[in-house]
Amino acid sequence: MSSDAMAIRNVEIESRPWVETLHGWLTTVDHKRLGILYILYALFFLVVGGLEATIIRIQLMRPHNDFVSPQVFNRMFTMHGTTMIFFVAIPVLFGFANYLVPLMIGARDMAFPRLNAFSFWLTALGGFLLYFSFLGGSGLYGAGNAPDIGWWAYAPLTSRAFSPGHSSDYWTISLLVAGFGSIGTAINLIATILSMRCPGMKLSRMPLLVWLNLIMAGMVILAISPLTAAQIMLAIDRYLGGHFFDTQSGGSATLWMHFFWIFGHPEVYVLVIPAFAFVSEIIPVFSRKPIFGYPVMVGATVCIGFVSLSVWAHHMFTIGMNSYANSFFAITTMAVGVPTGIKIFNWLGTMWGGRIQFKTPMLFCIAFLFQFLIAGLTGVMLGSAPFNWQLSGSYFVVAHFHYVIVGGILFALFAAFYYWYPKVTGRMLSESLGKLHFWLFLIGFHFTFDVMHVPGLLGMPRRIYTYEPGRGWDTLNFIVTIGAFIQGIAILVFVWNLIVSYWKGDKAGNDPWDAWTLEWSVSSPPPEYNFGSIPVVASRRPLWDLKHPEDPDSSYE
Amino acid sequence: MSAITTPFPGAGSLPYRGKVAMASLIFAESAIFTIFVVAYLFYVGKSLTGPTPQEVLETPIFFTICLLSSSLTVHFAGKSLERGKQGAFLILWSLTILLGGLFLYGTGREWHRLIYEHGLTISTNLFGTTYYSLVGLHAFHVTAGLVMLGIVLMFALAGRVGADQFRRVDVLALYWHFVDAVWVVVFTVVYILGR
Amino acid sequence: MRRTNNPIIRSGIQTFALLLCSLATAAAKTASSSTGLTNIFAPESTPAKTIFNLSVFVLIITAIIFVVVLTLLVYSVTKFRGNAGNADREPAQVYGSTQIELAWTIIPILIVVVLFLATARVIHAVQDAPQPPGAVEVTAIGHQFWWEFRYPELGIVTANELHIPVSDPTHPTPTFLKLLSADTDHSFWIPQLAGKTDLIPNHPNSMWMDPHRTGVFLGQCAQYCGTQHAKMLLRVSVDTPEDFGAWARAQQRPAIQDEKVAAGRRVFEMTACINCHAVGGSAANGRFGPDLTHLMSRETIASGAAENTKANLRLWIQKPDAIKPGSLMPAMQLSDSDLDALVSYLETLR
Repeated sequence: MSSDAMAIRNVEIESRPWVETLHGWLTTVDHKRLGILYILYALFFLVVGGLEATIIRIQLMRPHNDFVSPQVFNRMFTMHGTTMIFFVAIPVLFGFANYLVPLMIGARDMAFPRLNAFSFWLTALGGFLLYFSFLGGSGLYGAGNAPDIGWWAYAPLTSRAFSPGHSSDYWTISLLVAGFGSIGTAINLIATILSMRCPGMKLSRMPLLVWLNLIMAGMVILAISPLTAAQIMLAIDRYLGGHFFDTQSGGSATLWMHFFWIFGHPEVYVLVIPAFAFVSEIIPVFSRKPIFGYPVMVGATVCIGFVSLSVWAHHMFTIGMNSYANSFFAITTMAVGVPTGIKIFNWLGTMWGGRIQFKTPMLFCIAFLFQFLIAGLTGVMLGSAPFNWQLSGSYFVVAHFHYVIVGGILFALFAAFYYWYPKVTGRMLSESLGKLHFWLFLIGFHFTFDVMHVPGLLGMPRRIYTYEPGRGWDTLNFIVTIGAFIQGIAILVFVWNLIVSYWKGDKAGNDPWDAWTLEWSVSSPPPEYNFGSIPVVASRRPLWDLKHPEDPDSSYE
Repeated sequence: MSAITTPFPGAGSLPYRGKVAMASLIFAESAIFTIFVVAYLFYVGKSLTGPTPQEVLETPIFFTICLLSSSLTVHFAGKSLERGKQGAFLILWSLTILLGGLFLYGTGREWHRLIYEHGLTISTNLFGTTYYSLVGLHAFHVTAGLVMLGIVLMFALAGRVGADQFRRVDVLALYWHFVDAVWVVVFTVVYILGR
Repeated sequence: MRRTNNPIIRSGIQTFALLLCSLATAAAKTASSSTGLTNIFAPESTPAKTIFNLSVFVLIITAIIFVVVLTLLVYSVTKFRGNAGNADREPAQVYGSTQIELAWTIIPILIVVVLFLATARVIHAVQDAPQPPGAVEVTAIGHQFWWEFRYPELGIVTANELHIPVSDPTHPTPTFLKLLSADTDHSFWIPQLAGKTDLIPNHPNSMWMDPHRTGVFLGQCAQYCGTQHAKMLLRVSVDTPEDFGAWARAQQRPAIQDEKVAAGRRVFEMTACINCHAVGGSAANGRFGPDLTHLMSRETIASGAAENTKANLRLWIQKPDAIKPGSLMPAMQLSDSDLDALVSYLETLR
């Protein structure tokens, strides 16, 4: 039946004019198409953000380099950070959630398809607004142009006095708009997961990806709102003469910091929890065992969600809080490492005693485990406040968070791409190109981000467009830049793989990986309505039960 | 996975998605309001110049009663609709809008007095900034609520809102209750604690 | 060591080797340390040393955790490889184990408690250290993109280069800094002397350091403050008590009045220079830019962006963007003769 559906579909597509196809995509409310739109949008900005990073790295290759001016450099790191967080990471993770969650819970679509589309287009508008700043920001002293306030936009640097022109407004408004889109998608995810599960799918039988996206959505609701509020306050300061962060009128620069990081820290957990979700689905399949300790995985993630709301001021250890406040945030920061560590152990426990298949998704997951472990440990170092007084504001921190986001989240994302591309397109990605992508990216990543810790230890601050020779930073920066180029090549290999495999990849069939969750029960790609008849499940691995009727999971749960 | 199909998922055991969505939205909005309340409380007494709350604020008892009563009217309007009593629903719903509108009028009147008689604007001092932002954010949510209530009223007058739409109307009523609850907090912070 | 063909292990070893090499490079640089290095692992002052000791403790614990977990990971991917022989049999489907979960919950909690206790002790030791009577007091005010230093008890105002006395551990004479800002956020960071502390407007902070040896220590602003954040460099000269006294006395004197450069002084006082700059004992009383009374006592100008030479001074006044593009010093549009006279005048401000 599935091949017939594909045949019918191919005929339909071939006979429709391209305007109709385009119109279909632009007006779609289908969660699968919106998921793909989110992902393509994010991939585009991944390349843009990567170019910004390349410019940064070329400038820092040598001391006193003059590849770009300080003004351009400051815009580059601001835009790189803002783009990667808001227009790459969030959209790509929402894209995967959008595509997979309804399929995994046996639903036909998200709870609110039109809200889904609206949220996507809001996010898209945000990205457009941010980049329009390169053209549109006008003002005094040629001070328009892209924002150069850093992606945290600390006050009072963002006040009218120190950021004349409109560049900071583009930052504020584009993220405000994108934030509304994110909240919309989060509301949709929560309503879908709580209200649209198929019969038999109790909360305790949902795939971990669904659980973790539920937790992530809850965190988006609680975490993005403080940023929205702070941005409204900043706009009031800049346009209505307000004094929220106006230190000349008694306002407080540290208040912005608190508000921003109350958003900023849970935000990074918003980004990493879906990465955990991917790994939690992929490692079991390629170890041929169920996830070790499912209830503990859920509980640990809920714990992470709650505790992460209480750690934010570990980004502010140097601002002069008293020793009791510093101690409080030090202990909460270290505490959040406990449930995170438990998850690493559970993934190891899943692999233990399994029959591991080293396909590309699994390679990326194993690298994820290695790198996320290191990232977590450098995080513990940063959580120790006095150590932080040396490390913060330096390249050690930059290395740490790139280790989490690139070494952790991006590697998990690559695993997800290789794992679910067959489901989305009906074709397998090339294994050989995949392995080439993996090794190139692994080497480039480690060249860059392992070495990057060292200039930080040697006193190199971040956000500097150049540096003095003779501090021991020169060769290290050069190596970091080489690694960036290697990663760039790897990304090109990946994009090539995505494109070429769409036409030339092996046909995937419903279930190329012999997996166990509901999305593998439908055709690849799934029909528009997802399921011919709504499934009824009796365990966490409905397809395992079908394939192993003599030993179903439902006997053990 | 059995071959038996069921009519629709959940069959009543899962929560209504409209309620879940509105509850989630309320959580998000609460987080936004919390930040504005924190800023307000943080800056109490810290203005360097200009009028202080004690000097210029007058407690809006009447208009608060209006707004809080509108929660009662919207609740009973919903109940009437559930029981199919169209007439009572229309009256109570319109009363809700009226009371909400009165509240907005009261806010506008207070702002007019503050600006023209006391010279307190959003840029005057920290009190002005935090006061107008917090009360203004709330008034904006009241306005948005009134617009939505008005749309429902129009559909109801056109005969399109019956007992079948009760669940959806109830979601909007939940939003309205939220707006009233926020006012309780704002009122306490601005007119009681902040003075 | 047995050669392995397993690609995972090979990559793991390669990465490990790379990490070790990087650390070795850093260590080697440390071993050959001299002035000019900003290595946090070469502390020369009590706060920096206390932090260093804590950091070693944290590094040892995290290294142990790393080795344990890495061993488990490497073991898992080698021992439990699937191969052609067992590809068609599913392994035992294990769902979890309460005892194991308890074990790997309780042990990390204990580690966290230990780490936290060590951390809290150092937080209090550094932050809540009382100021002894012999301490030197300095007020540091951050500007875009330079540092103002005032010694309130000594009546000294200077910029960018800090002089403090060395502190004998038996009779400590630490320097206690009060940190303020005139505009945006900055951060004072001399890695060998102390952890960094931010300078935030309307939010005074304080920090202290007691260097244990003389020498010059470098650092720079560590909180992004605008276009020229990168060149807001710091230079701390730790002097013997005698040298420090001599320096302080020289700084307390008003500006040298040299009649030979009267023309240059006139240029200084009649153009916009005095709007921003101050020269003690003259009409110049501007506070927006650095105090120039003892300009020639500094090794660098423009907060470390250039060496304090006649040519650089001339270039700085004529075209600041050539040295520090985006700094708030305007190009003064002076004629060549005025510029020469002015530089001759400035060179007398020792």
